[in-house]
Amino acid sequence: MPERRYLPLLALAVAVIGIQLAVSAAAAVYYLTQLTMSAYYCLVVLGLCLLMGYAGQISLGQAGFFAIGGYVSAVLTTLDLRSLAETPAVKLLGRLGFLAERKDLYENTLLCLAPWSAMAFALLLTVLLALMIGLPVIRLKGHYLAMATLGFGLIVFRIVLGTRFLGEADGISGVPPFPLFGLRVSGGLAWRVENYYIAWALVFLCLLLAVNLVHSRVGRALRSIRGGEEAARAMGVDTSRYKLATFVLSAVFACLGGIFLTHYNGGIGPSEAASMKSVRYVAIVAAGGADNLWGALFAGALLNFLSLRGTFGSYDDAFFAAILIGVMLFFPDGLLSVKGRGR
Amino acid sequence: MSFEQFFQYFLSGITQGSIYAIIAIGFNIIYNTTGVINFAQGEFLILGGMIAVSLSAYLPLPLAVALAVAVTMGVGLLIDLVFIRWLAGPSVLRLIVITMGLSILLREGMLHLWDEKVRALRHFTGSEISSLRILGAYISPQALWVLGISAVIVAVLNLFFKFTLAGRAMRACAANSLAARLCGIRTRRMVSLSFMLSAGIGALAGCTISPLTQTQYDMGAPLAIKGFTVAILGGLGNSMAAVAAGLILGLLEVFSVSLLPLAYKDAVSLAVLLVILFFKPGGLFGRREEQVLKEF
Repeated sequence: MPERRYLPLLALAVAVIGIQLAVSAAAAVYYLTQLTMSAYYCLVVLGLCLLMGYAGQISLGQAGFFAIGGYVSAVLTTLDLRSLAETPAVKLLGRLGFLAERKDLYENTLLCLAPWSAMAFALLLTVLLALMIGLPVIRLKGHYLAMATLGFGLIVFRIVLGTRFLGEADGISGVPPFPLFGLRVSGGLAWRVENYYIAWALVFLCLLLAVNLVHSRVGRALRSIRGGEEAARAMGVDTSRYKLATFVLSAVFACLGGIFLTHYNGGIGPSEAASMKSVRYVAIVAAGGADNLWGALFAGALLNFLSLRGTFGSYDDAFFAAILIGVMLFFPDGLLSVKGRGR
Repeated sequence: MSFEQFFQYFLSGITQGSIYAIIAIGFNIIYNTTGVINFAQGEFLILGGMIAVSLSAYLPLPLAVALAVAVTMGVGLLIDLVFIRWLAGPSVLRLIVITMGLSILLREGMLHLWDEKVRALRHFTGSEISSLRILGAYISPQALWVLGISAVIVAVLNLFFKFTLAGRAMRACAANSLAARLCGIRTRRMVSLSFMLSAGIGALAGCTISPLTQTQYDMGAPLAIKGFTVAILGGLGNSMAAVAAGLILGLLEVFSVSLLPLAYKDAVSLAVLLVILFFKPGGLFGRREEQVLKEF
């Protein structure tokens, strides 16, 4: 029954609406802000889950892709092009509809790239980088793969932290809202409920894509890679192509999360690129069960929400490390995995 | 660049590089007995430095350093006993994730036990303003201590692995763990020993560089990634090649500063790591025949 796989999606939609109603009824709408933010982090988690659970590859560099999405959007939508308005390149961008005029906090008129076109650039750059990193990295395994992706993430962090026009330690602020079908992705209080739905609709779409992917020919090929790469290759599965495609897809998911969260927060700082963030995503996926999209989504939503509410105080990083160790010691298949142990 | 300037850079490069080499050797010792990279290796350096700084307020310096090394070795043993030893046939991925979590736990533990302040151990001889003049370049006596202690560590380890029973048993484990067990070597004990040895070496290195580079709770991870770069550059598991690779990376980093902004210094060594992983994962000194048989 192919419809059965969509039932949980329906349950998700019901849960999303139910939570909003409950929160509004309890006059605690402020929870929606953290729920919105954790939805964007969940995009990263979903991508990583596909990569870890289904393609059997670890990535300790997802925060790097998240930061690339956020920073490219932030830079392009805040870089004032008015002094260059007469140059042919900028004129061409204007004619293509890539530019948008807006007023900043001090009523100065700015001419910047429109958020849509900035997003296109961010996604393009992410895909190119993911291909560039992925081509050689996908051949690696175990330590080598972990270290290569960690190295990539650290390079992004160092560059972000050391580059003047990326704001160095201050990051970038003043990022405009993202207009979307008459709504806008922004942290303004007037848009809180709308943004909650925008964020979870995006999660819903990505999840739909992921669920369909997992149940398709590609998904079966990926699972065969995880089960035994040699055997998969012997059966004629082009393992490296599938692994590369999943790596790129997970990077795109992370990049999308970064873009939207940056517009939502109105800015981004270097801490988003820190390697601890990457480790945190891995911890969440491990806790949810690597080959369990629903478990990963649940763990991602819950743990990010609690962490953003400040539940763990100054033990935040330690908490995620403890989860990581605990899960790996006692439940290598994940806390929420339905499968029996002893594989 | 004048000769004096060049020599100045050179001295600072080999000082840095020798520390990277010591970290890489710490990685290699554990890798050889367990097949695992211990991500918490950088934290051993900081832990050693932290303990020594705290103890040096009450004890003479050599005693404080010795105690710090001993305590860190205890921590290394504890890590093996609690988190590694009882796992039955764990996958590499699982162990990577566990040691990665341990490195964060150790770091956060140090943050809460001490604080986020930057500390430094006293200079072993002289003070921060004393310097020696060699061929027109100036060098801190502490840098000589770093070079000297690194050389002693490498020499002693070499002798240990060649001429003692325990050292030979550890080498046997590295070559073939199953065969070693069949010969009556208690491989699990060798794993514990390797964790203690790595922790001890790391703590000693951490104490030695503390007067020069300071010690702060979160400095372990950057050191570990440099050490790993060096371990890969030399070929994972090959401790002697790690020394050469460490010096190469140290020099590369120091001379990169004369071309690129200082903020990108770490990015340079990370780029080296990626390039090596992409094109020659067996390391600079790995043999071609071996590489064909190995999985990366």
